[in-house]
Amino acid sequence: MKSLVLCRFGEIFLKGANRGRFERLLHDNVRAAVAGLPETKVDAPHGRVRVEVPAQHQEEACERLGRVFGLVSLSPAVAVLPEIDAIADAAIAVARAARARDPRRGESFKVEARRSNKQFPLSSPEIAREIGGRVAAATEIRVDVHAPALEIGVEIARDVAYVFGETRPGPGGLPVGCSGRALLLLSGGIDSPAAAWLAAKRGLALDGLYFHSPPFVGEKSRDKVLSLGRALARWRALDSVWVAPFTEAQQRLREAGRAELAVVLYRRMMMRVADRLADRIGAEALVTGENLGQVASQTLRNMATIEAAARHLVLRPLSTYDKAETVALARRIGTFDISALPYDDCCSLFVPPHPATAARLGDVEQAERALDVEALADQVAAAAERVSVREE
Amino acid sequence: MVYLDNAASTMPAPEAAEAHARAMTALWGNPSSAHALGAAATRALDEARAEVARLVRAEPSEIVFTSGGTEANALGVLGVTAPARARHVVATAIEHPAVLRNVERLARTGFSLTLVPPGPDGCVSADDVLAAVRDETALVAAMLVNNELGTVQPVSQIAAGLRGAGRRAHLHVDAVQAVGFLPVDVRTLGADSLALSGHKIHAPKGTGALWRRKGARIAPLWEGGGQEQGLRSGTENVAGWVALGRAAALCREGLDAPVAARRDRLEALIFAALPEARPTARGPRAPHIASIIVPGLPAEPVLHAMEARGVYASAGSACASRARGPSHVLKAMGVSEGDAVLRLSLSRYTTDDEVRIAAGVLIDAVAEIRNALPARRARS
Repeated sequence: MKSLVLCRFGEIFLKGANRGRFERLLHDNVRAAVAGLPETKVDAPHGRVRVEVPAQHQEEACERLGRVFGLVSLSPAVAVLPEIDAIADAAIAVARAARARDPRRGESFKVEARRSNKQFPLSSPEIAREIGGRVAAATEIRVDVHAPALEIGVEIARDVAYVFGETRPGPGGLPVGCSGRALLLLSGGIDSPAAAWLAAKRGLALDGLYFHSPPFVGEKSRDKVLSLGRALARWRALDSVWVAPFTEAQQRLREAGRAELAVVLYRRMMMRVADRLADRIGAEALVTGENLGQVASQTLRNMATIEAAARHLVLRPLSTYDKAETVALARRIGTFDISALPYDDCCSLFVPPHPATAARLGDVEQAERALDVEALADQVAAAAERVSVREE
Repeated sequence: MVYLDNAASTMPAPEAAEAHARAMTALWGNPSSAHALGAAATRALDEARAEVARLVRAEPSEIVFTSGGTEANALGVLGVTAPARARHVVATAIEHPAVLRNVERLARTGFSLTLVPPGPDGCVSADDVLAAVRDETALVAAMLVNNELGTVQPVSQIAAGLRGAGRRAHLHVDAVQAVGFLPVDVRTLGADSLALSGHKIHAPKGTGALWRRKGARIAPLWEGGGQEQGLRSGTENVAGWVALGRAAALCREGLDAPVAARRDRLEALIFAALPEARPTARGPRAPHIASIIVPGLPAEPVLHAMEARGVYASAGSACASRARGPSHVLKAMGVSEGDAVLRLSLSRYTTDDEVRIAAGVLIDAVAEIRNALPARRARS
C-alpha cells in the first residue's frame, strides 16, 4: 500500500484550450507546496493531481496542499492494485484508522465506489456492496447508506485503485499565476492581506508594495508588514514586498493643500508610485484592500478621485465585505493576529482631524499643481527596495 | 551607538558574561547531586548568593534566587501568608505591572485592594499609604524607585510608620530600579521582602532574587524538589546566578560612579536648548533616570528620529509600549496623550561624551519632528 494525497481540481475543466497551461501551473504550485517533504513525488494521471508521500508526512502534506489555490478537495489515500482483495484490505485499514482517531466516525459507514476502468469485472454498485460487506464483517461497524459517519471512497483506474476515508475541502479558485500578475498595496492593517488572498485565489500572482515613513513609523511596523507578507507567501499569494520610502512625499503633499485633502492626496500619490512599479515588474493590475464606506477615504466619491490618478485597472476584492467578514477571513488565512499587533504604519501626525469625505477632483488637482507630482512619484518608485518573503 | 535605555535592560557586564560562559562549560553539575560536580556547582552558587546578599547588606540565607524581578515580585506578593481574616492589600498606583497585576489577582480572589496615587511630584506620600492600612491589611507593596519617572518612594518612612502603629502587614519592596544606583540596606530599610532583577544590573536576563527577612512567612509559588529553601523549586540556574553574583559584586564597586552628575548634565543641556521641555516629576530621584516631557509632540517619532542618529531611549516604559496611550503611571501623574514623555536612563558605564552626544541628538530629533508637524491652521 502506498500512501498519497489525491488532489482534485475544479474550474480548470471549463477552460478548454487553456487547460494545458492551467494544469501546468497547478502542478508547479503543488510541487512547490510539498517541496522539502522527503520522498515525495507529484504526478497527474487521470485528471487529478496525485502526491505520493510517506505515511508519516501525509498529514503535513495535506496541510500544505490545503493552501494551494486551484484545488477544490483533497483526500489522504492509499494506492493498491486494482484487485478486490487488495482494495478490501485497504478499506478495512482505512475504517479502523478512522475509528481509532475518532470513535464517532466508527458508528456507521458506507462505501462509494467509482471505476474509470470499465474492464473491471464488477460494476460500481457491486464493488460498493462487496467492499462494504467485507469491511462490516471485519470491523463490525454497521452500514448506513443514508447518513454514514464515515464514507469510504474507492476509485478504480486501469492499473491502480485508490481508497480513502475523507475528503477535505481545498481553497478553490484558480492556480496562482494563471490570471496574470498584479501589484498589491499592502499595509499593516487587517484589510490588504485579506484582499491579497482573495486576489491570489482567482489566480493572480502578486507583489506587495508597502509605503514606509520613518521616523514617524518605526522598524517594527516594517517588520510587521513583512510578517504579513510571509504569512501570505504560505499560500503563494505573495512573492516579494517592495518597501517604498514615503516620508518626504507625505510631508510635501501635506503642505501642498488643505488639511482635509491630505489622505486623498497621499493615496493618489500611492497609485502613481504603484503604476510605475507595476510597469517595472510586468503587473497588469493594482489590488487594494479598499472597502466601501469604512473610512473617509473610502466613499465612492473619494475612491473615484483616488482612482483617477491610476492608469492600471484597480481591483478591490473587499469592496462589499462587512468588517466582520473581513476579520473572519483574516483569521482563517493567518494574518489577523499579525495585523492586530500595535505597530501602525501611518503616524496620526499625518492624518487630519476631519478628512474630506467627498473630495472633488478639481480641488485635488489644483493642490497637486503646487508640486511636480510625476517627478515625486518617479523618485519614490525608483527608491523602492524589494524584499523577498518566500519561505525558503 | 549611545544606549540610554538602561531602565529597560542593561548590557551584561563583560565579566558577568564571561562568568556565565565559564559556568556553563565548567559548572554544569546539578547542585543537588552528591558528587564533586554537584559540589562544585553548589559552591559557585553559594559564592554568588553571598555577593547578592552583600549588595543589599543581607545574610546569604535570606536570598532566594529567581528567574527575574517579575518572579521575585510575584513571590513577595502572592506568596504572602496572612491569617484568614487579613484580606486587604495596599499598593501604590505606580507599581510596575509585575506587582500591580499580581495585587489585582489577589483582589480577584477575595482580597480588597487600595491603590495609593502619587502626588504631582511623582512620589506617593508615606502618610497616604499609612492612612490606607487597616487592621486587616495583609500586604503593603511599595517600590523603592519608580521605573518610568525615576522617583524615589518613601519606603523607610512607610516601614517606620507600619512598625510604629504596630501593624502586622507584610511590606514588600520592588527594588528592581534601585539596586545598583542607591545604597540599599535591608537592615535599615524596614521591609519584609525585596525584589531585584539581574538584567537591570548588567547580569543576564532570566535572573533575579528575592530577599526576605528571617521569619517573614512566604509561601512558594509552586512545589517541586525543594530548592532555594523550598521557596523556589527547580534545578538551579547555576550559570545565570553565578553571573548575577559577579554582576552584584561589580555593582557594589560601581556605586560611586557619578551617574547623577551625568544625568543632571544631560537634562541641563536639553532644557537649555528646549525651553518648552520639563522634567516629568520633581520629587527626589534615583541617579540614572531622566524623564522629560516635550509638549505637543508624539513620543514614538522622536524616538525613531533619535535612533536614526544612533541614540536609544524609550517613551514612558518598555512594558507600556505594547499598549496604547500614556501608561498607568503617567496617567496617574496627569500627563496627557498629546505630549511626548521621553525616558533616558543611564548606566554606570555611560560617559560624559555620550551625554553630550545624546543631548544634541534629542534636540535635533525634536526639531525634525516639530518641523514635520502640519502647521496648525485657524480655518477648518
